[in-house]
Amino acid sequence: MLRFIAKRLLETIPVLLIVATLTFFMMKLAPGGPFDTDKATTPEIKAQLEAQYGLNQPVHEQYFNYLGQLVRGDLGPSFKYAGWSVGELLWSAFPVSLELGCYALAIALTVGTLAGIVASLRKNTVTDYVPMMFATLGICLPTFVTGPLLIMVFGIMLGWFNPSGWDFASDRVLPAITLGLYYTAYVARLSRAGMLEVFNQDYIRTARAKGVSKWRIIWRHSLRGGLLSVVTFIGPAIAGLVTGSLVVETIFHIPGLGRFFVMAGFNRDYTMVMGTVLFYATLIILMNLLVDIVQVWLNPKLRFE
Amino acid sequence: MAAPAQPVAITGAEELEAGHSLWQDAWLRLRKNKLAVGGGVFILVLALASFLSPLIAPHSYDTQNLALGATSPSGQHWLGTDDLGRDLLSRILYGGRISLSVGLAATLVAVVIGVLYGTISGYFGGRVDVLMMRIVDILFSLPFIIFVILLMVIYGRNIYLLFLAIGAVEWLDMSRIVRGQVLSLKKQEFIEAAQALGLRRRRIILRHMIPNVLGIVIIYGTLIVPRVMLTEAFLSFLGFGVQPPMSSWGTLISEGARSMEEFPWLLIFPGLAFSSTLFSLNFVGDGLRDALDVRASKD
Repeated sequence: MLRFIAKRLLETIPVLLIVATLTFFMMKLAPGGPFDTDKATTPEIKAQLEAQYGLNQPVHEQYFNYLGQLVRGDLGPSFKYAGWSVGELLWSAFPVSLELGCYALAIALTVGTLAGIVASLRKNTVTDYVPMMFATLGICLPTFVTGPLLIMVFGIMLGWFNPSGWDFASDRVLPAITLGLYYTAYVARLSRAGMLEVFNQDYIRTARAKGVSKWRIIWRHSLRGGLLSVVTFIGPAIAGLVTGSLVVETIFHIPGLGRFFVMAGFNRDYTMVMGTVLFYATLIILMNLLVDIVQVWLNPKLRFE
Repeated sequence: MAAPAQPVAITGAEELEAGHSLWQDAWLRLRKNKLAVGGGVFILVLALASFLSPLIAPHSYDTQNLALGATSPSGQHWLGTDDLGRDLLSRILYGGRISLSVGLAATLVAVVIGVLYGTISGYFGGRVDVLMMRIVDILFSLPFIIFVILLMVIYGRNIYLLFLAIGAVEWLDMSRIVRGQVLSLKKQEFIEAAQALGLRRRRIILRHMIPNVLGIVIIYGTLIVPRVMLTEAFLSFLGFGVQPPMSSWGTLISEGARSMEEFPWLLIFPGLAFSSTLFSLNFVGDGLRDALDVRASKD
């Protein structure tokens, strides 16, 4: 187990290096620099700025400087927000996104698994069809359609929630639902399929034959195997929540990392975009590592592979 | 993808039943799936209307009528007009043309990359396979869309780049599926025969392997289309995709979301067009998969 974790940790290093290298050179090859604004800057000022941010050095030196800084955990200064470092900006915006993502994931895991289990217990009845129809709907509707629709219905027409913002506890409800909807639907389908598969296994039949009660079979014997695929899905789900947060934070005007990233993209804030991409990549890789470990822990069969 | 015919011991009466080929069987199963048929018809009608939009659209998509402004649906403009007085129905039709084209083109890119990658990985096997599949695993775990945004930010918002970038994101599933198929094909006699005849590897892969995986490629290809369209709309919604005056459904939804308080129809109709298309595409893809791949169909 420890060896497995160590091996996976080591593997992340070359991946991160490749990500850092790719983003760096993509940015370097970009037409138009960060200081090409609408306002005319004199060549002297531009040269001064470039010298200050080290942009006048040869590319390979910039690259190694950048990598050196990364190793020390320094993401450099932001080009657009003078006086701020990218690291500071990231850490000020990330907690907001983290909070939103946790709510969405919590909704997905609780509502999704419950709906899936209920549907699997009464296969091909109304209690199966209705949740599964909603699940299909949830999978097909993208966040940028559901978000505005929820705002329109619950924010404007009914007036139950603020249409945008992140100031009150009630402001969390609509964004969390918008972000979590797809994953709720997906988890519902996964857990239904997983449970149905387990119900067909021989050991469940044996348990039944021995007269174990229905609920004990569900809780003690089926759940662990039936929900394995849900655990596997948490990894990709986290990656998806990150990208989903770009849209949801834009729609609801939430001051999180996703919105920062989108704005940095528009502003050509090189260091900010690179820093955010690296941050997201690291986050997702570490989360996947965690999910892998949980999976091996849950499913003894995997320990032999 | 002709599976080797199993010698069946015919016992008499049911000979008519036995006379169906795999594809005929699949077609029969598909026709019974009402959702898939309905979805398919919807997609065909919509695609036809979108691609013929210069002929059938009631108005031009960019003719402005500032005096008119945004109006709710009426006899003159069936789905209303936007704040610049442009006819929404025409804009949806033209937008559909772009969304569907991006969907098809990017899917093609994804399929080509995925098939080549998967075939090579599966055919060579051994260490090459392990390495190549490990790379796919790693790529799976990366937030790819963020790189696409980076790409669009840097190299301008070019629609061909959009095709390529989205295609380059969505090939991973395809490569895994194709690899699995190739692994099982590799053990079959006709491939061994080709090897024994001394055919070059390139020729075996291109002429003997790839044609045999095409069936499954088509099925899973139809499932890529909605995902690709979703990615395009996602990018366009954020402002990194299709740029004005061209509009895709993503940009229309984005514009609609901005003015939904006063003009809700600007959000509702494009959203409806987009969602029902995704719905139908998913039904068609699932239906095709269930019809052709009996093992994969869920209960």
